[in-house]
Amino acid sequence: MSLDQTIRIERWTPLSRAAILIAALVLVLLAAGPLLFSNNAIDKLTTLFIYVMLAVCWNALAGYGGLVSVGQQAFFGLGAYAAVRLADAGLSVYPALVIAAVLVAIVSLPISAFMLRLKGGEFAIGMWVVAALCHLLVNLDSLVQGETGTSLIALNAYEADTRHALTYWVALGSMTAILAILFALLRSRVGSAIQAIRDNEEAAASVGVRVMSTKRIIFVFAAFGAALAGALWLATAITFQPKTYFGVQWTAYMIFMVLVGGLGTFEGAILGAVIFFVIEAWFGASGVWYLVGLGATALVFALFLPRGLWGWLERRYDLALLPLGYRVTIGGQPPSRERTPQGGPAAPAPTGNAG
Amino acid sequence: MNEASNQPIVTVSGLEKRFRALVVLDQIDFSMRADEAVGIVGPNGAGKTTFLSVLVGAHAPTSGTITFAGEDVTHLPAAERSRRGIIRTHQIPRPFGGMTVFENVFVAAANGGNFAREEAYERASESLRLCGMFHLANRRAETLGLLDRKRLELARALGTNPKLLLLDEIGGGLTDGEANELVGTIRELRHRGIAIVWIEHIVHILLQIADRLICMDAGRIIADGDPETVMKTPAVVEAYLGGSVE
Ligand SMILES: Nc1ncnc2c1ncn2[C@@H]1O[C@H](COP(=O)(O)OP(=O)(O)OP(=O)(O)O)[C@@H](O)[C@H]1O
Ligand SMILES: [Mg+2]
Repeated sequence: MSLDQTIRIERWTPLSRAAILIAALVLVLLAAGPLLFSNNAIDKLTTLFIYVMLAVCWNALAGYGGLVSVGQQAFFGLGAYAAVRLADAGLSVYPALVIAAVLVAIVSLPISAFMLRLKGGEFAIGMWVVAALCHLLVNLDSLVQGETGTSLIALNAYEADTRHALTYWVALGSMTAILAILFALLRSRVGSAIQAIRDNEEAAASVGVRVMSTKRIIFVFAAFGAALAGALWLATAITFQPKTYFGVQWTAYMIFMVLVGGLGTFEGAILGAVIFFVIEAWFGASGVWYLVGLGATALVFALFLPRGLWGWLERRYDLALLPLGYRVTIGGQPPSRERTPQGGPAAPAPTGNAG
Repeated sequence: MNEASNQPIVTVSGLEKRFRALVVLDQIDFSMRADEAVGIVGPNGAGKTTFLSVLVGAHAPTSGTITFAGEDVTHLPAAERSRRGIIRTHQIPRPFGGMTVFENVFVAAANGGNFAREEAYERASESLRLCGMFHLANRRAETLGLLDRKRLELARALGTNPKLLLLDEIGGGLTDGEANELVGTIRELRHRGIAIVWIEHIVHILLQIADRLICMDAGRIIADGDPETVMKTPAVVEAYLGGSVE
């Protein structure tokens, strides 16, 4: 037997390298957006970037961490609220958006201490309660004036074109950062640990995974992403009414995007955000039919493509554009019975060898 | 054998575990050296699995203490115990279904084994090879059949680089050839200095490995010693209700 016995753990494929390159090119092109497109188109794209952030963060939490939250609007709303507060305190508006998200991430730490003790449905409902509480507390702030709300008036200091462009760039930068950090995080050992927890928490602990701290990383990251999205939404909408930001529809959108795109697939969440964006662009104005359409789409996917569009493509064609896993090859080939490293146990098996 | 192997690797004293009113472990005292391979037999519901669960920290004992390699680990969480070298396989396998076979073992090596990335790769590949699963490395664990799931339990446990390996009925349902392979693998692990505790109903497999046998019944250790002698103890024969002790 003179087979090549080199074992390699592949994390990139030629296809995925090409995909990353194309993604980078698309991002560079998008960066030129304000020079090319109308303000209307710029605003639409800004919305898309926010949707992508919401989808990938919810997917990180639910699809990779198994932490199904129906209360992510808590962080979305807090992000917007913190931005209003920071701007009111005199901070420059655009830095305030990012700092607001950082503050919310810090606030999510003590929340995680309570919530991550809950399992499954209890966690989901618990997060919804957290969102309701945050909503109530924010309403108490005299700056917000209850449901009357307030605005990010500091944005008026910018001339309209500049404002649209700046908001767009900050959103694009934020989305890129969120995608890059999440991709790196899920490819790191945290990524495999969190998936192990999702698949079997007790078994994960039994092989040495520090369950609480691993879950906390994902939880805080998802809170940060939702808060950043909320602060950016505020920058596009300018007005802050607690009801709109703390509404459960945000989480409904996240769930829709992720389920349609593919729960637990990195590419799927992005695809789901694009699909949601397109559906909204076409049907968003048609009131109740829009909601009917969303519901019907979700139903069709649940029935016929339970793994979502990307989940289906991924399995059907063994596709991985942004791979997070580990593929083993031996001598450049996938392992098989014939291709297995030589040198068995000290006491060799008398029977049952050779494929 | 060296100095260290004369010290007990694990010592359990006064261990008790209750589930509400049910006493499942009743004042267990037990100690073993690193160079031992201890078999555990006993009827269904005797508390064998629960004993392992308490040893690895999946269940907290109601009372009693556990000392591992000179350290009191009674209140240490399961993850920390596995990082110190105590690991078990699950009687009902618990694979990480959404991950590949390789990733299952890699997680164990990178966490319980404290290995850096490259070392964890090597550790995982070698554990898979030892368990005859390397050819399945890229398979999603949820697609495995029961036997391969059990093999994966063993491979994953080995990934953590254990000092004390607790096996819970991994020998059931094997052909003679497969059983021999398993015995070969476990022998190899003993050679590497891993202390072994093995619960098994299929006694003839167990006796090829165990140099000491324990019989549990109703939460107690009713016999402990040389395998031949233990199997002939009247209490043991009776615990098995005169059933054929192969
Ligand atoms: N989590 C639990 N809660 C309540 N009772 C339990 C729990 N786990 C085990 N038991 C009970 O404890 C007793 C011992 O169970 P255990 O699984 O340890 O037995 P065993 O010796 O491993 O049996 P088997 O040979 O069937 O695997 C049984 O009566 C079982 O019903
Ligand atoms: Mg058992």
